[in-house]
Amino acid sequence: MLELQDVTAGYERRVPVFRDVSLTVAPGEAVGLLGPSGCGKSTLARVGALLHRPDAGRVVIDGEAAAGWRHRAPRARRTAFGVVFQQPRLSADPRLRLTDLIAEPLRANGRGNEVTYNVRELAEKVGLGPELLGRRPHEVSDGQLQRACLARALVLRPRWLVCDEMTAMLDASTTAALVAVVEEYRAETGAGLLAVGHDRVLLQRWCDRTAEWSDLGASPGK
Amino acid sequence: MTTSTFPGPSAPVLSVQGLSVRFRMRGGTFVRAVSDAHFELAAGECLALVGESGCGKSVLASALLGLLPGNAETAGSALLGDDIDLLRADERTLARTVRGRRIGLVPQSPAAHLTPVRTVRSQLEETVRELTDTPKPGIRKAAVAAAERAAFPDGHLDRYPHQLSGGLAQRAATALALIGDAPLLLADEPTTGLDRDLVERTVDELKRHTGETRALLMITHDLAAAERIADRIAVMYAGRIVEHADARAFFGEPGPRHPYARGLLDALPEREFTPIPGMPPELADLPAGCAFAPRCPTATSACAVLPPLDDGVACHHALEAQRA
Repeated sequence: MLELQDVTAGYERRVPVFRDVSLTVAPGEAVGLLGPSGCGKSTLARVGALLHRPDAGRVVIDGEAAAGWRHRAPRARRTAFGVVFQQPRLSADPRLRLTDLIAEPLRANGRGNEVTYNVRELAEKVGLGPELLGRRPHEVSDGQLQRACLARALVLRPRWLVCDEMTAMLDASTTAALVAVVEEYRAETGAGLLAVGHDRVLLQRWCDRTAEWSDLGASPGK
Repeated sequence: MTTSTFPGPSAPVLSVQGLSVRFRMRGGTFVRAVSDAHFELAAGECLALVGESGCGKSVLASALLGLLPGNAETAGSALLGDDIDLLRADERTLARTVRGRRIGLVPQSPAAHLTPVRTVRSQLEETVRELTDTPKPGIRKAAVAAAERAAFPDGHLDRYPHQLSGGLAQRAATALALIGDAPLLLADEPTTGLDRDLVERTVDELKRHTGETRALLMITHDLAAAERIADRIAVMYAGRIVEHADARAFFGEPGPRHPYARGLLDALPEREFTPIPGMPPELADLPAGCAFAPRCPTATSACAVLPPLDDGVACHHALEAQRA
């Protein structure tokens, strides 16, 4: 169970983006979070993935309240989350070949010995061939790079997935392909999903339930 | 969508014939980004060029504006009105008479297109000064009017681009594109990253500005946006236009005829939500025959030969039953 309880968060002291938002994702559940641009839904997703420290409120993961955020979170906690962001160009190190990009989380966690097997298998799942794996981000299209970013998010086999506008830049076919990869992974592992976006049709098709930002009890920040 | 779907008797605003663009790479290889594109665009008409990222759509737009990098080689022609071939015109002509004046560009990422160190007002005023004959005292007023045309709120005129939301930056860029009153509007992915409401508002505004007297070429991967405003659809795959159809027939009955176009529509979440298997080919390494054949469910040995664009579709197995 991933519970966000009465979260208040923002980027400036005393000027939160939103106040008192609560959201729960049950184990194995896929929740789509819908809201207009700039409402703070991405910030909430970052709080849920322990990437942004809220000003107030609690994040409870499987019954245990999170105590630290970002590098202060225990390693086991951090690696329980796989995150895919909207803009693959901004979330991929331009110096790394795609194969190293996907392998980076393994290496960072001292599991470099598993790289060969895991990366090959995952790359195949997301549809990247060996030829593409040897390229750097500027040599591939947005869609191909986002496939690599999704593989990177899955390589540590997280229990929770957070997809923040994962497909906003992508064409219909690539969108459908990436969603299929996420769903296959979830069917295999029972991972929970928080998908953030503004495409209602997509999230309603993809997720078990969708939550409207306006129904989460948010009071305006300022 | 009451405008005529077929070019009227008047000369087309833009006539593209056999346009090809290739990039010379190190080692003498070529990346063929656009191959043999044909289309015409009449006043009052909106053509949506759709396809997945990396299929050559944006290169085509750059070619029309003379903004290709130095290693690009072009072939064919792109007649603007009846006097300028955009592919042959020199930089001076393009800069002084075409860009902004005869072709307005609504850019792909408006936030990156605006000058970051100057306010929206100052950029609007500069554009008004450069592109119109407004006398000096009237410039300030003309800039405000230009902002209003694109529904850009007055109160935000003195802001810098980084202080604008995505939707406002989009409107600022649209306002700039409309100042020159150009007969052709070129919108390159005008809706990337906007939410659904803003997408609809943006494309409706573009459509409204097109009116009866201008033509709109919208390049997009967003099929819903294309369906909303386009009169005609051109589907691009691996640098080629593989289907060119009336928008209503394409999205409704009888539907797309090229298997790629059909797959693209079926991938929409409101339809089957099934991806097209595989990935598009490398533009540096295109097959001799149909580029879609490796991913195509109906491919046969006939597909080793490049299918010509015949009756609006380039496929040996165009879904015959669908033909109206």
